[in-house]
Amino acid sequence: MGKSRGPVWVIAEQIDCRILEVSFQLIGHGRKLAAALDTTVEAILLGHKMEEHPRQLFAAGGDRVYLGNDPELAVYQPEIYTEIIEKLAKERQPEIILVGSTAMGRELAPLIAARLDTGLTAHCIDLVIDGNKVLESRIPAYGGLLSIICPDRRPQMATIATGVFPNPEPDESRTGEIIPIEVPKKIPRRIQTLEVVREEPEGMDLESATIVVAGGAGAGDPAGWRKIAGLAEVLNAALGATRPAVDEGWAALETMIGQSGKMVSPELYIGVGLSGELQHMVGISGAKIMVAINNDAKSPVFEQVDYGIVDDYREFVPVFIEKIKEYQGKLKTC
Amino acid sequence: MFKIVVCVKAVPDPKEACNIKIDPATKTLMRCDVPMVLNPLDKYALEAALQFKAEFDAHISVLSMGPPEAGNIVKECLALGADRGFLLSDRAFAGADAFATAYTLAKGIEKNGPYDVVFCGMASSDGSTEWVGPEIATFLKIPVVTRIKEIVEYNGQWWTVKAELENGYRLVRVQIPAVFTVTRELNTPRRLSFSGIIKARKKEITRWGIQELGVPEESVGLKGSPSMVSTIASMDSRRKVEILEGKREEKAEQLVQRLVNAGVI
Ligand SMILES: Cc1cc2nc3c(=O)[nH]c(=O)nc-3n(C[C@H](O)[C@H](O)[C@H](O)COP(=O)(O)OP(=O)(O)OC[C@H]3O[C@@H](n4cnc5c(N)ncnc54)[C@H](O)[C@@H]3O)c2cc1C
Repeated sequence: MGKSRGPVWVIAEQIDCRILEVSFQLIGHGRKLAAALDTTVEAILLGHKMEEHPRQLFAAGGDRVYLGNDPELAVYQPEIYTEIIEKLAKERQPEIILVGSTAMGRELAPLIAARLDTGLTAHCIDLVIDGNKVLESRIPAYGGLLSIICPDRRPQMATIATGVFPNPEPDESRTGEIIPIEVPKKIPRRIQTLEVVREEPEGMDLESATIVVAGGAGAGDPAGWRKIAGLAEVLNAALGATRPAVDEGWAALETMIGQSGKMVSPELYIGVGLSGELQHMVGISGAKIMVAINNDAKSPVFEQVDYGIVDDYREFVPVFIEKIKEYQGKLKTC
Repeated sequence: MFKIVVCVKAVPDPKEACNIKIDPATKTLMRCDVPMVLNPLDKYALEAALQFKAEFDAHISVLSMGPPEAGNIVKECLALGADRGFLLSDRAFAGADAFATAYTLAKGIEKNGPYDVVFCGMASSDGSTEWVGPEIATFLKIPVVTRIKEIVEYNGQWWTVKAELENGYRLVRVQIPAVFTVTRELNTPRRLSFSGIIKARKKEITRWGIQELGVPEESVGLKGSPSMVSTIASMDSRRKVEILEGKREEKAEQLVQRLVNAGVI
């Protein structure tokens, strides 16, 4: 009989005692990976007043939850979180560690990976187990889909954005084992999160929007950007951006869609002045209907959407807005 | 004197990034025809150091790992006001993932001597992982705060910074020496000045290879990288594309009709 493999781990994340969607999604997908490896799915949950929460993780597909329940763990504390997870990983030897691609995850994952002397793949859009029982982390790059592997070291680590994997159907009848973990006494304490401040998000939430309008480098200038924002407004849509639009300062980083930004799955996506680079397009693969407005008929974006408009957006968008308003006006009279 | 290290990277010009392709044989990036520029976010890291220096007495070392041509971006940093420039360059360093890159940079930082603060850009435009800063900190065994958008207090051994979060921020108190990775919100980077360029001409760049760093070959470059590319597949779109024809008015009309029929507006 072969040596049994270590578990698949998910670093769960909570904000104000609410477990984030991405944590459930990773547990859901973690089950598939665990099935292929013939092992279990385990979650690490750190917080305070979280006694009841492991149930939700079991319902999502977890077999075991390591629960750190302590006032000191209420908010993300890099040093303590890293210390706890490193120690636990050295003891339990997980085969895989999955981390949500959140602000916390993007800091915590490399801290853990470097402590464990292992590789870490960012912004994965799929995770599969290959014929050698190795984790393949798929990332889009330069017109193709790369599979990244970490062949020799364990654990294999990856970060994944919210919405890459679906929410698992909760099975309330599932149960599991809770293993309490303590806050380590001897740590340097050179860093402390004093406070977490949440601000009202500006504009509509991209991830839950039914319509998303995204603008790209082709917007050209702030006035152009406002035109695109105007289209979003009449459609009651969330406004997203490509990376150059963020770089230019027209749009906020939180509105970036794509591999290193948000994953969205609206009913309708309208891309304006953007070229359809894979790193952006993977962020909207879940959209039902896709439209592109671009003045370059040869732009690759026109190979990836349902409807294409070849035109200067500055001219087309105002006309389009008028037509939408006409339609909306008709709706009101009947 | 207060010692600051800024880690910078030469990246293919993001404005021409689409010309970069994967070499199917070596499975590494072919960056051939794309000019290399200073990674945009690293300008903010350097600016943070320069602003600190303007207020206090400080010495700024700029460190980059890259091919010999990356010397140009180190030179640019010197022209912007950094005091010393280092280029970690060696064939053995090629093909490094974030882990091996961070290891090599950490070794360079250590060799350069005592330091108080290390600034990095939040991410590089070509890799976008955000891993290098936290991994450098781990190798140096010091704390890190990523995605900082404001330095609230920077007197003495404890700094207080705001780090960007989804819809908000974390207020973090940290003991230096520490690594900070910076976002665009932190400052507005200065532009190159003519006098800066003239002054930088006299400044030498120190080049260190694997010998100078004294690190084993297995821990740098491709060999020192735990992760690697295994396969490359193409991605095809599964959508049936329809390009709407006609006058502008007609196209807009048709589009609204299509979207109404699809039940999405
Ligand atoms: C590791 C990595 C991660 C990345 N992650 C992301 C990510 O998460 N999200 C992301 O968006 N990008 C990401 N990028 C960047 C990505 O590769 C592309 O550079 C980016 O998506 C291109 O943005 P764009 O389409 O707006 O710009 P461009 O490619 O410059 O396209 C602009 C388009 O606008 C059109 N245009 C110009 N003027 C007009 C006009 N008047 N009317 C109509 N059309 C016009 C042009 O024809 C052109 O097609 C990443 C890159 C890397 C290397």
